[in-house]
Amino acid sequence: MKMWDEDLETMPRSDLKELQLKKLQNTVSQAYEHVPYYHKKFNEVELYPEDIETLEDINKIPFTTKDDLRESYPYGMFAVPKKEIIEIHSSSGTTGKPVVSGYTRKDMDNWGRVMARGLTGMGLNDEDILQNTHGYGLFTGGFGVHYGAQKIGITVIPISTGQTKRQIEIMNDFDITGLIFTPSYGLHMAEVAREEGINPKQLGIKSIGFGAEMWTEEMRDRIEEEFNTKAYNIYGLTEIMGPGIGVECQAQKGLHIAEDYFYPEIIDSKSGKKLPEGVEGELVLTNLEREGMPILRFRTKDITALHYEKCECGRTFARMERIKGRYDDMIKVKGVSVFPSQIEKALLKVSQVEPHYQIIVTRPDIMDQMEIKVETSPELFSDDITQMVNLQKTIGDYVQNEIGLRAKITLVEPHTLPRFEGKAKRVLDKRNFN
Amino acid sequence: MSDKMINQLSIFLENKTGRLYKALDVLAQSDINIRALSLADTSDFGILRLVVNDPEKGKECLENNNFTVKVTPVVGVQLDDTPGGLSKILKIVQDNSMNLDYLYAFTHEKSEKAILLLYTNNLENLIEKLEENKVIIVPAEEVYNL
Repeated sequence: MKMWDEDLETMPRSDLKELQLKKLQNTVSQAYEHVPYYHKKFNEVELYPEDIETLEDINKIPFTTKDDLRESYPYGMFAVPKKEIIEIHSSSGTTGKPVVSGYTRKDMDNWGRVMARGLTGMGLNDEDILQNTHGYGLFTGGFGVHYGAQKIGITVIPISTGQTKRQIEIMNDFDITGLIFTPSYGLHMAEVAREEGINPKQLGIKSIGFGAEMWTEEMRDRIEEEFNTKAYNIYGLTEIMGPGIGVECQAQKGLHIAEDYFYPEIIDSKSGKKLPEGVEGELVLTNLEREGMPILRFRTKDITALHYEKCECGRTFARMERIKGRYDDMIKVKGVSVFPSQIEKALLKVSQVEPHYQIIVTRPDIMDQMEIKVETSPELFSDDITQMVNLQKTIGDYVQNEIGLRAKITLVEPHTLPRFEGKAKRVLDKRNFN
Repeated sequence: MSDKMINQLSIFLENKTGRLYKALDVLAQSDINIRALSLADTSDFGILRLVVNDPEKGKECLENNNFTVKVTPVVGVQLDDTPGGLSKILKIVQDNSMNLDYLYAFTHEKSEKAILLLYTNNLENLIEKLEENKVIIVPAEEVYNL
């Protein structure tokens, strides 16, 4: 299996730790000296860059949250003069101000490099033609993949999302061998292809990269079956860089984090304490090399676990599990933690395309009640009333299987549940805790 | 065979005030004429079944207004509007061990005859048996153009 940076990607872990420490010390000094936010924060806890003597000393550094980044909107986290910044991206601002991310020329080069490693790990090379359906714009998804592909010399079709029939035509006519999409869009494309009389299995797709939204193993299985190829998970977030922070290799045993650029930790989200290898918790990431905007110990809110054992592909970089959910999405019902991703998993068992849904939690008396509203679609709807009643029951059973609680399932008409730009608001908590 | 199957529209409705009105209003606005109607419901939702003059256009305008619509074929048979007309048909169904999922009827103004709409999961078989028993199947076009 080919690698882009074999020497680094297979480096013995002891050497890697040495490299990480050196880079961490540099980044910490740079942040302390050039980012007023970090200068102030370090002074508050009486921490100085020279106090970072080992990798474990990273514990002394306070966490950075999304709110901290919002408060420094737009340029407060930049560590270099603005003229050094050659590109800016921004995450969607569903709640409050968006987060701005700035990149120097060197940062852009590094971003392309980590993504190039990922695409190479997915089995793509300069012979391939890649159709990139991630959006090109402020969102990092489209451009991140693009820069990585260009570094390798892959032919990129920068088509962005939408115009699905045109996507299918290009996929068929341009001899596309690689696809980048979000899981739900991928399934939609396969469906449209079949409607257009094109069998997605026969398109000759070699490799698929997907990310940017929550998915389940069932969804991956479906995508792999639809396109008759392997699909690999890509992880990234705008605050730290963009896609490429972690990408799966052909072993499909978790996402290799580019550990020479990003330092990953898993913490208990309540206590902030570091958790051991293999235990699920909140992912915290630190930039180890970033000129424009070095971010230290960023709380991603993403739930995963890390594994450090050498991968069968030969890489020594840590592997992170698929994101299981997000702490900000989690709700407690009758004392049980429920994640929207679990509900999605249940819904995908009854429908190819994930239906729109909303979770409503109420407490009419002293007991919590959970209702899940599911929008009908032509796929779910049947003229047979018994079948419809069974559908309600089946969804209820799958949900119970997934979360261990019984929820009331209500089928509603299409387009009646609220939608927000890009991201859906999945949970409506009507309980009054006062 | 297919010209004997009437394209019925099945529409998902939430059990909420005004939803039936909204569906029928959408059809009225698009100049769609309803031939026959039946409603099946549970405490949460209902299925509105309609035979209209132009099923394709009806489906399109309902879908444009965010309704979930399915086209389901049904069979229309002509009934004598006299006592025993309906039971005669049901006897044929029973004698052939067939199971009807639902039925509803409407009267044909011009001929003063009643038309019975039937649905089962094996419509071809149903049509065959009815015809063997000399029951008059009303062609789909005739129902649309009443």
